[in-house]
Amino acid sequence: MKKLAAITVILLIGSAIILSFKTETAKVNTTATLPKDSVGSVKAFISVYKVLMSARCMNCHPSGDVPLQGDDSHLHTMNVKRGADGHGMYSVRCSNCHQAENTRGLHMPPGNPKWGLPPANMRMVFQGRTPRELALQLLDPKQNGGRTKAQLIDHMANDALVGWAWHPGDGRTLPPLTRPAFAAQVRAWIAKGAYAPGADAK
Amino acid sequence: MITLNVNGQRHNVDADPNMPLLWAIRDILGLTGTKYGCGAAQCGACTVHLNGEAVRSCVTKVSRAAGQQIVTIEGLSVANDHPLQLAWNELNVPQCGYCQSGQLMSAAVLLRENPNPTDQDIDDAMSGNICRCGTYQRVRAAIHKAAAMQREGAKI
Repeated sequence: MKKLAAITVILLIGSAIILSFKTETAKVNTTATLPKDSVGSVKAFISVYKVLMSARCMNCHPSGDVPLQGDDSHLHTMNVKRGADGHGMYSVRCSNCHQAENTRGLHMPPGNPKWGLPPANMRMVFQGRTPRELALQLLDPKQNGGRTKAQLIDHMANDALVGWAWHPGDGRTLPPLTRPAFAAQVRAWIAKGAYAPGADAK
Repeated sequence: MITLNVNGQRHNVDADPNMPLLWAIRDILGLTGTKYGCGAAQCGACTVHLNGEAVRSCVTKVSRAAGQQIVTIEGLSVANDHPLQLAWNELNVPQCGYCQSGQLMSAAVLLRENPNPTDQDIDDAMSGNICRCGTYQRVRAAIHKAAAMQREGAKI
């Protein structure tokens, strides 16, 4: 009888161990790696850079605390300011005019549920950055919102507010690459070693 | 039917969900203190409070406002005695008056969030409200006055 009880206990513990392994979340490597290729990596980043510096991306990543507007990236009218949380100040909050979707018509407010700038404590400036500066900034968790490389790819490829750039509403030009092509270049940049361009790269 | 809670009163309105909130406020509910200016969120004349935020009702769809708390100029105070209204009156702020309800609604958000605003704070809060008569200096003076009244215990 004692033997039977001991065997039962061993079987139960064994099953529990097997089950615990089976239910453990599979670790997925979301950043595929390729052989290091500094030339290919930098080339991919230059394509990424051209998208990030287009008006649709850069207008919400200004060097100052005023968002930019239009294909000419002029300062947002109405003295709109970033505010601490990136969503404006007082009676000039982003969502006071910007709806959850684009308002139809030329010169009407574009929209997205997350509309806003990066917050004041993580400004993520694109405007004025050289390719090298922007690449290093994007890779630095202290400057990129605490993102790993995998999260950086996910943000570029899947974030809804980033995606607005390809559905910007009437009268606004699109970034120079499609979003899938952009995401592919981001992945290639990272996978080939996440190299930053040289200081003289344009 | 869409339910709109305006100035503490519940209204069931038969409106297209895409109708601008401003139209529902003015044309269906008859609250004409809120004005139509540009129709493009450029001027601030149509500003109302949606859950306490100073939204531009000309571009805010009725569907966004459904079931939320809306306050128009008619509901800013019970007896037109919000410190801003008292200060506006005392300093004769309006000229033609068309933009003034929007100015007041924006200023009310500022004073709620910052009871002692500087000139810069006022500029930051009020630059989205355009006044073709150019009453900006009186608007600024009245906000300072209302802030002082508020500190002295006037009703808000």
